[in-house]
Amino acid sequence: MYTARVYVTLKASVLDPQGRAVERALHALGYGEVRGVRVGKVIDVTVEAPDAGAARRRVEEMGRRLLANPVMETFEIESVKPASGAAVEG
Amino acid sequence: MRFAVIQFPGSNCDMDTVRAIREVTGAEADLVWHARKDLSDYGAIFLPGGFSYGDYLRPGAIARFAEAMDGVRRAAEDGRLVIGICNGFQILLEAGLLPGAMRHNDHLQFRCEIVPVRVERADTPFTSGYEPGQVIRLPIAHGEGNYYADDGTLEALERRGQVVFRYAGENPNGSRNAVAGIVNEAGNVLGMMPHPERAVHRWLGSEDGRALFVSMWRAGRERQLV
Repeated sequence: MYTARVYVTLKASVLDPQGRAVERALHALGYGEVRGVRVGKVIDVTVEAPDAGAARRRVEEMGRRLLANPVMETFEIESVKPASGAAVEG
Repeated sequence: MRFAVIQFPGSNCDMDTVRAIREVTGAEADLVWHARKDLSDYGAIFLPGGFSYGDYLRPGAIARFAEAMDGVRRAAEDGRLVIGICNGFQILLEAGLLPGAMRHNDHLQFRCEIVPVRVERADTPFTSGYEPGQVIRLPIAHGEGNYYADDGTLEALERRGQVVFRYAGENPNGSRNAVAGIVNEAGNVLGMMPHPERAVHRWLGSEDGRALFVSMWRAGRERQLV
């Protein structure tokens, strides 16, 4: 079993209302140096797969079909690691 | 013509929609569970408002894979009428039956109020009962109605006259070009954020939604939809 960590973020060209609100709040707290905030999602997907490469390929497909909306979001698989608690194989 | 209102877990405007259809048109309206694949009995299909699957991941992201969406896709392809209201609009976008996507409102607030909406096109099966350019009053109730499409898509929508409803007063959510509702290229699939089903009696604050149901009923009979 492997756990893939998927980052989903709004495309750079899409205004991010949540990010803007957080940026304003940081400015209000005195962090005047903040020049941008983007809010995204982290999704951990644990899958049965023969190896890390196979797990990554499946999760990539899941990303395209469901985890991200390609109209406004992009996703990135940050890591694929043996799932905690699972025996580490080859 | 028979109407179907698809019920997803978390739909909450389903009964309002059924009642609005029955009261305004007198037609038969069935509540149809999302697990039903075959919708060939219906000439018009409503995807109602609400929070299908808790809006988890993104509004509409999970509902779009429901079995009933096969039937919805088939209806869209063969020229029957499909309309998504609020969460239903979000589902149609996620399903790719309409172009674009929905973001959080630009001010991050949930907006629940009656707003002025301009009918940009009165030659669609959904709006023939209105005058072109007529400004009507419809309730909105959403946190994610901030319509987004990239420049090319937006320009194409405008050029083909696919923007059917536009916010006529202050833009309540930041949607691009103040889009409140769009149709597909064929004109038989409509998505809109305002709620016509909540505007069918004067005591509801507006009865400007009635003409939409009348338009659909008339179009269904003219086109001899099932």
